[in-house]
Amino acid sequence: MSLKIIAELCTGCSACEPECPNEAISELKNYFIIDPDKCTECEGDYDTPQCLAVCPVDECILPLVTA
Amino acid sequence: MQAAASYINIADLKSSGNALAAPADLPATGGGCGTHGGEGKASCGSSGGPDDMPQEIWDKVKNHPCYSEEAHHHYARMHVAVAPACNIQCNYCNRKYDCSNESRPGVVSQKLTPEQAVKKVLAVASEIPQMTVLGIAGPGDSLASPKKTFETFRMLQEQAPDIKLCLSTNGLALPDLVDEICKYNIDHVTITINMVDPEIGAKIYPWIFWDHKRVTGVEAARILHEQQMKGLEMLTARGVLTKINSVLIPGVNDEHMIEVNKAVKARGAFLHNIMPLISEPEHGTYFGLNGQRGPSAQELKAVQDACMGGANLMRHCRQCRADAVGLLGEDRSEEFTLDKIEEMEVVYDLDRRRSYQDKVETERQAQHAAKVEALASQGELEVDDSIKVLVAVATKGGGRVNEHFGHVTEFQVFEVSAAEALFVGHRRVDQYCQGGFGEDEQLPSVVRAINDCHAVLVAKIGACPRDELKGAGIEPVDAYVDEFIEKAALSWFADYRKRIASGEIEHQARGDASIRQGAYTAAA
Repeated sequence: MSLKIIAELCTGCSACEPECPNEAISELKNYFIIDPDKCTECEGDYDTPQCLAVCPVDECILPLVTA
Repeated sequence: MQAAASYINIADLKSSGNALAAPADLPATGGGCGTHGGEGKASCGSSGGPDDMPQEIWDKVKNHPCYSEEAHHHYARMHVAVAPACNIQCNYCNRKYDCSNESRPGVVSQKLTPEQAVKKVLAVASEIPQMTVLGIAGPGDSLASPKKTFETFRMLQEQAPDIKLCLSTNGLALPDLVDEICKYNIDHVTITINMVDPEIGAKIYPWIFWDHKRVTGVEAARILHEQQMKGLEMLTARGVLTKINSVLIPGVNDEHMIEVNKAVKARGAFLHNIMPLISEPEHGTYFGLNGQRGPSAQELKAVQDACMGGANLMRHCRQCRADAVGLLGEDRSEEFTLDKIEEMEVVYDLDRRRSYQDKVETERQAQHAAKVEALASQGELEVDDSIKVLVAVATKGGGRVNEHFGHVTEFQVFEVSAAEALFVGHRRVDQYCQGGFGEDEQLPSVVRAINDCHAVLVAKIGACPRDELKGAGIEPVDAYVDEFIEKAALSWFADYRKRIASGEIEHQARGDASIRQGAYTAAA
C-alpha cells in the first residue's frame, strides 16, 4: 500500500515532506514524489495519512494502484 | 513637535469604545507608526523624530518601510520566498500560484533555498543600499517551514548584520516559535488576523492542519484564533513589535473588523493593516470562484475610519508579492532572478551601505523640515464648516506634487478639511500615457479609481484627460507644481471653499471608487 502524488497538480509547496513519518517524500524538480517502498499510508503512526491531510490541492494525493 | 500640533487628531474627536478585555499583565507597547496617531499621539508617519513614542521603539521603526509611512518613501524592503508550505487553507488563497494577496495570478515566484535566499539578499543589499528590511512572508506560512525560515535568518544575521529581519505568519504555529523568533532578534512580526469570532472564521478558513489532523469548521477557526491571540500576547510581552494584517471581506468580516481592531490593540499590537480582499474568478480562489467580491475604495475607507482611535492603522500597504524587492509600490524582483544574481559581482560593503543610508536620512530630514516650514507658513484658515473631501495626488516622491497625470501608476489620496490634509491611502492605476501618447482606453479606469475624489493635483495634464476628468466631476489642478502635497491640498481646498462661498460652484458629494484588482508590478 502506498499513496502517490499527481505531478501535474502538485504545487511544489513542500508541506507534505516534513510530515511523512517514513521519510518517503522527496523533491523532484518542481514537484514532490512518494517512494512506494517506504510509504505505509501512515498506518501505525497516525489516524490519517499526513501528506493527504496537509496538502492544499484537492485530489493531488491518491492511492497508488498497481497492476 | 510643532508640526503635530498644527493637526487636529481625528482620534481625539471620536470615541474609541471599550477594548476587549486583555490580560492584565501585558505591557503596553508604544503607539503605532501608521498614518494617523491614535490616542492623541502624532503619527510617526508625519513626525520627524521619536516625539510620540519611546526612543527604542522609534529606533526600530524609523527606517522600516512597512511600519513607518514616512520611511516607506525612502527605505526599501525585500521578501525571499523560502517558505512555500502552509498549515492552513484560506478561502482567498489559491496555492496553485502564489498566495493571492501577494501576487498576480499565474506569476509564480522562484522558490529559493535558504542559501539562494542569502545570496539574493546580499546582491540586493549591494545594489540597493537603502534596502534595510528583509522579510519572509511565504508564499506559504513562514512558521510552517520553521527550519527554512530560521536557517535563512541565522545566515543573514552573520553575513548582513545591519539588515532588519521580519516575518509574516497566520499565527497557528506562533506560540511554539516565539523563543526562536527572539533568538534571531526578529523585532517585527506580522500576523494575519481576519476574525476574533470562530463562527466568522469558519467562513474564511475551511481547514487547518493541527496536531497531525485536518481540522475543519468552527473548531478549526477556534484553534487558530486561540493560537493567534496567544502568540500576539507572547510577542507583546517580549517587546516584539507586531503588525496585524486583516483582509476585509465584505459581508463576512467587515462589520466585525472593529472587534478585531479592539482585540489586537488590547493585546499590544503596534499597527493594524486592513487590506481589501483581492478576488477575481481567474485567481481561482474559493472566494473568487464563488462570487465573493472585494470592497470598494469607500467601503475600505469606512471600515478603516471606524477603527481609528483603536490600534493604529497602516494605510500605505501595497499588498506586495512574497518575493518583492524595492520601495513599496515598486517591484524590482525581475532584476534579481537567480540567473541574474549568478552574474552579479556581489560586494557586501557595510560602510558603503551606512554612508548611503546617512545620505538618505539627511535627505529625509531636509524634506521633513521643509514640509514643516511650508505648512507653518500656510496660515490659519477659518474653520466654519465641516466639509471634507478627497484629493488624488500625482507624485513621484519627495512629498511633492511633481508627476504628470499620464505617468502615474499610483495616486496618493489625501482627505482634506479646512484644518488638515491627511494621507488616507493610494490607488493603483494603469498608466494613461504610454510611449508619449495618451491611451484613451485607460482613462475610464483611471477615473473609476479616483472617482471619489473632488480634485486631482498634478504637475501637468493633457487637454484630453483634462476634459474627461472635468466631465466626470473631478477637478484637474496644475497650479501647485512642486509644492509639498499637504500644503498644495490645503491651498486648493481654501480656494475651493472660496468658490463655494462666492456661489461660483456648488459643493457636491462624490461617488465611490473601485480598487484595482491584482498586485502592482512596475511598468516596463
